[in-house]
Amino acid sequence: MSEARHRILQRLRRVERPSGDEELTRSVDRHPWNRDEKIERFSTRMSEVRAEVHLTTKDTWAADLTAILLNKGVRNMVYAPDKPDGSQLATALNAAKIDSVPYAQSIEAWKSELFQQMDAGFTGCRGAIAETGSLILWADEAEPRLLSLVPPIHCVLLQADQIHSTFAEAIEAQGWTQEGMPTNALLISGPSKSADIAQVLAYGVHGPKSLVVMVVQ
Amino acid sequence: MASEFHRGVVKALHDGALRGHLRRAMDSLMEKRQALFPDVDELESLRRRCMQIRAHALANLPDLLEQLEQRCSENGIQVHWAETTEQANDLVYEILQRHGVKQLVKGKSMVSEEMGLNHYLEARGIECLESDLGEFIIQLAGETPSHIVMPALHKSKQEIAELFHEKFPDIPYTDDVDELTAAARAILREKFEQAEAGLSGVNFLVAETGTLCLVENEGNGRMSTTVPPLHIAVTGIEKVVEKLADVPPLLSLLPRSATGQRITTYFNMISGPRKPDEKDGPTEVHLVLLDNGRSRIYADEELQATLRCIRCGACINHCPVYTRLGGHAYGTVYPGPIGSILEPQKEGLDRLGELAEASTLCGACAEVCPVRIPIPQLLNRLRWESVRQDGDDETKGQGGRRKATQAGLWQAWASLASHPALYRIAVGSASRFRRLLPQQLGPWTRVRKAPQIAEKPLRQLIEQEDKRDE
Repeated sequence: MSEARHRILQRLRRVERPSGDEELTRSVDRHPWNRDEKIERFSTRMSEVRAEVHLTTKDTWAADLTAILLNKGVRNMVYAPDKPDGSQLATALNAAKIDSVPYAQSIEAWKSELFQQMDAGFTGCRGAIAETGSLILWADEAEPRLLSLVPPIHCVLLQADQIHSTFAEAIEAQGWTQEGMPTNALLISGPSKSADIAQVLAYGVHGPKSLVVMVVQ
Repeated sequence: MASEFHRGVVKALHDGALRGHLRRAMDSLMEKRQALFPDVDELESLRRRCMQIRAHALANLPDLLEQLEQRCSENGIQVHWAETTEQANDLVYEILQRHGVKQLVKGKSMVSEEMGLNHYLEARGIECLESDLGEFIIQLAGETPSHIVMPALHKSKQEIAELFHEKFPDIPYTDDVDELTAAARAILREKFEQAEAGLSGVNFLVAETGTLCLVENEGNGRMSTTVPPLHIAVTGIEKVVEKLADVPPLLSLLPRSATGQRITTYFNMISGPRKPDEKDGPTEVHLVLLDNGRSRIYADEELQATLRCIRCGACINHCPVYTRLGGHAYGTVYPGPIGSILEPQKEGLDRLGELAEASTLCGACAEVCPVRIPIPQLLNRLRWESVRQDGDDETKGQGGRRKATQAGLWQAWASLASHPALYRIAVGSASRFRRLLPQQLGPWTRVRKAPQIAEKPLRQLIEQEDKRDE
């Protein structure tokens, strides 16, 4: 096996190139949009792919989200208990008699429950991208990755100040290279979809069927 | 004797329903792409940058692969190298065997198609389940992908409805796309929950951070790479880029070129297995780097451009040949223009050099390629490599399509064209005796008239014109 490595690299190294592969000049694409324009652009893009975007405030978001969930007939929601937003949400959910389920143990301990019984999942995010309408999620110890994947409804809390104009700008502004990448970083741009059957767009293939974004102004 | 490709062509051309279906699908894909590139200058500058990013990565490929391996190892990803598809299959099998895996769920991966992985594993008692909806459909039908991005593109809604009904008799018949999708979701959810291992491809490898990037819409890529305790990624050695900053321009062009989407629903960046305190994610991540002829393609300065490809399939969607044939006629893993340059180099010109000839060189592929691979130029080059005698053996199967009669005819033509007096006599007599030339020219005249030689050679016409002007 290491022999394969050696031979592949040897073959590649044998190739002589005329010197002068000049260093690549890289630039960071960005748009000069102000805060409102970024919110507007983000919301438009998200709506185009059937995601719901709701503008809210830092005091009312949990109650607003709860109202939306009640409207959808959601019976329970799984959330990350170690995040401050999680506990704020749990209080609001409990008041509305929606079961709040903390993702408190490793997946092996409750896989079938997560897969079969959870109606909705809640996460925060690290920001968003206005140009393409994308949420940036970094899964970590506090916020497991399956929260945003397995339940049929995924709700996300986004701070409006953290919307960047482009992906390149977000990587630079948040210092991804310097900080080091998490085990799983993710861009989410709408609910799961496919056009594999006769080029007809269908939503909710393997991931969430609906995506609800609460934007805190 | 008709080749496999030729038989495939004849079969496809006689399938009226398929041709109609392909025409509509390709028209819609071309239209959707066009709509997302309203600004030609933006598009062209982005294509130039993406070409440079990929060319730069290739120019430094051995260094970047080593850097990638080091970063991945530091992150806890185990890196394996395979020179051949057999080695790659063995590697995957060994890993699965070590974990006692009997069932593997797969995200979409063209490299695994290249490896014939499903077949290999199933012969050894491991069940492989394709989870991309298109791949799931063709696996049910026992077929191969007909397109690298939309594997079930050749199937109509009714065909898929009938297939589902046949394979899952418990589910009531429907040709409603939402209902069919929901049925597939229910079937595959259960499989994801139980899967012991997941396998995926990779769209970009980032050397700087040791990151595996995966583009997808359905969430099956996420399911395959995060739910099971073991994740194996397989990809070609050419997929590496140097920096994280190289990813946004490529991601900006890839989905727009491929399916006319601004961005795919999910863009996964995987940089390691589950950490001790994390609650989910695979506890082991493996990366298999496959050569399978790529390092040989790499050796030729011109043909190396083949390896810039980011597998968007735009060349396929814009190809008049593919639009009339569909993917299966090619009989290869990668169809269409990219397949016609990649496959003969991988498998040998003696075996598949014919593919490079199945092109009008119209140039539509090169015009839309996000990394500006000069496909027609490379097709031409491969046509030459197929028949050249003075080979350096760099391209596999070089000279394999050389025929003595053809070579003799060209030689005669060359000596005629390089002797003006002889040429004039030949052309002059062809004009004079043009009515005596045969009107039946074998297969050519079965569907066309024989070419008519002009009354006067062009040369003579120009001379007359010049005289008149004086």
